[in-house]
Amino acid sequence: MEEEFYEFRTRYKGADRMMTSKIEAKQLTVVSGKGGTGKSTIIASIAYLLKDRALLADADVDAADLYILFPPTKSETKEYKGLKKAIIDFEKCTKCNICQESCRFDAIDSDLFIDSFKCEGCALCYHICPVSAISMEERISGYYYSSDTRLGKMVHAKLNPGEESSGLLVAEVRKKAKEEAEKTNKNLVLIDGSPGLGCPVISSITGSDMALIVTEPTLSGKHDLERILKLLEQFHIPSYVIVNRFDINEEITEEIEAMCRDSTPVISRIPFNPIFTKAMIEEKSVVEMEATDDSVKNIQELLHQIAKFIDEKL
Amino acid sequence: MTDVNTSIVMLSMKIAVVSGKGGTGKTTVATSLALTIENSQLIDADVEEPNCFLFLNTKSEVVGKAEIPVPRIDEDICTLCGKCSDSCEYNALANLPGQILLFEKICHGCGVCSAVCPVDAITEENRVIGYIYSNNGEDLLFNYGELIVGEELSTPVISKLKEYANEEKDLIVLDAPPGSACAMVEAAIDSDFIIVVGEPTPFGLSDMKIVIETLRQLQKKFGVIINKDGVGNEEMEQYCKEENLNILMKIPFDLEIAKQYSTGKTLVESFPVWRKNFTNLEQDIKELIG
Repeated sequence: MEEEFYEFRTRYKGADRMMTSKIEAKQLTVVSGKGGTGKSTIIASIAYLLKDRALLADADVDAADLYILFPPTKSETKEYKGLKKAIIDFEKCTKCNICQESCRFDAIDSDLFIDSFKCEGCALCYHICPVSAISMEERISGYYYSSDTRLGKMVHAKLNPGEESSGLLVAEVRKKAKEEAEKTNKNLVLIDGSPGLGCPVISSITGSDMALIVTEPTLSGKHDLERILKLLEQFHIPSYVIVNRFDINEEITEEIEAMCRDSTPVISRIPFNPIFTKAMIEEKSVVEMEATDDSVKNIQELLHQIAKFIDEKL
Repeated sequence: MTDVNTSIVMLSMKIAVVSGKGGTGKTTVATSLALTIENSQLIDADVEEPNCFLFLNTKSEVVGKAEIPVPRIDEDICTLCGKCSDSCEYNALANLPGQILLFEKICHGCGVCSAVCPVDAITEENRVIGYIYSNNGEDLLFNYGELIVGEELSTPVISKLKEYANEEKDLIVLDAPPGSACAMVEAAIDSDFIIVVGEPTPFGLSDMKIVIETLRQLQKKFGVIINKDGVGNEEMEQYCKEENLNILMKIPFDLEIAKQYSTGKTLVESFPVWRKNFTNLEQDIKELIG
C-alpha cells in the first residue's frame, strides 16, 4: 500500500519512472537514522570495489560529501527548480493585509515583507489577493551534477541553503543516476542517503531494492536504528545492518545484533580505526589506501566482504 | 511565539546548536550547556531522531501534538472541476476519473484547496504528524518533539515545539537537526545566537561551510565549537581564522569521551571539570550578543 502510494506519487509528479522501466538497474540505498555513523565513507569503498557495475549517487543533498573522495574532473550541471516563492507588486498592492492574515507559515509580516526562508511556496496569497498583486516566481533551488570521476560517472547535488523540498531534489538525483547507469551499461545504483527519517530519506528509499543501514553502538545510534527500521519495514525494503566502530561499546553492539536477528541481520562489524579519517584527508576511499598494518588490512577485508555480499544479493 | 507579557519579564537568551554534518556533537554540546547553566530549558528539535532524552535522567510525557489541517472533500458537493488539484503546489491532490485523491503525507496544510474551491466542498481536518514531550522540570526544563515514523514533514513539528519555549528561563538551548535545509532553519531562525559544532575532517568542514553560508543569509550571530579536535587536520581551524570566526571551544578527540557518550552520559556528567568551560561558554556568548 505504502509503496503503491509513493509509486503513484512519483509518477504523477513525472519525477521518474524508476519502477516501470524495462532495463532495470537495481538500487541500493544507504541510510543510518543518526548522522555521522559512517554512511559515506563505507559506501565510497563499496562503490570503488564495484565500480565496473555500479554507479554512485550522493543523495544527501544538503550535506553532500562524496565529491571530496572522488573529485570530479568534469561536470554536467543541471538546474533544480523547487517550489516557487511569492512576490508582491507594490504598485498594485492596496495594503489590505489579507495575504498577511491568511498565510499559515507566518511568512508575511505586517509591513508585507515576505520572508523567503519562511515562505513555503503554497501560493495561497497569490490566489486570494483581491487585486492580483502577488505573483509566484520560479527560482533555482539547487543544482545537480553528472560528473566524471575515477569511478566513472557520479551523480551528486547541491541544495541551496535553507531550501525546502530536498525530497524532490533527491528524486531528481536518483532519476539522473538511473539514466547514467543505463547509458554506461551499469546495472546497480548505490545511493548515499541523508540522516534522519523525514522527506529526503523517504524519497531516497522509495522503490529501492535494498537498504544498508550503517549504525554505531551508542544509545543514540541504537534508538535511531529502531526508528529507521520501522520506516524501512513500512516500505517493505529488504534491509541489512552494519555496526561501525563496534568496539566503542561491545555490549550495545550485542544488543543491536540481538534486536536485528530476525528481520534485518547485521552483516558486518567494523572496528574503530583512524584509517577512515586518513583516507578522507587523502581524498581516497579506505580500500584504496595502502595497508600499513594488520588492522587496516582487516578493515579492507571487511569492506571487500560487504561489497561481495551486495554484489551477490543484487 | 512571544506574547506581549514577555516584555515585562527578562527575556531568555536563546541559543541553537547546529552542525551541517550529522554526528559532530550537537547533542553533546546542547545537553552539557543546558545542564551546566542554572534555570535553563533544553529543547531537542531534531524531531526525526531526537536523542537528548537518552542523556537525561528525567521522565517526559506527551504534552502536545503537531497537526496539519488536511482537506476533506464532500463528494456530494464536489463537481470534480479539478481546481484544487491544479492549484496544489505540492501535488498532494490528484484529479482522477470520478475522484479527487489526497496524498495526505505530503499535504502542507496551506489551505489553498479550500480557498480556490468554487463550490465550498472542502473543509479541513487536523491530522497528527508528531508529538511534543516535556519533563515539566523545575531546574532543567526539557522538551522534545518526535515525528511519527513514516511522516515526511518535520518542520511543522519543530514549529509546534518552539511554542513550548519558556521565556522565564534564563537560557534556552535548542538542539537542531543536522543538514542546512528547511528543518535546520526552522529550528535556528528565532535564536539570539547559534553554535556551529564542527568535526575537523574534510567532510565536517565541507558541511560546516554550507551551514555557515545559511546562517549568514539568515543574518544570525554565531560561533564555532570544534569537537573531536585532533581527529583530522587543521583546515577547519584555518578556515575559521581566515573567515574571522569565533572559535568558542575545542573538545579534544578522546576515545574515553566517545565511550561515555555511547552509554548515554553527558560530557559534564562524565568529566565534571568541563562544567567550568560551559559556564565560560555561556558568558562568552552573552558578550558576543552584546
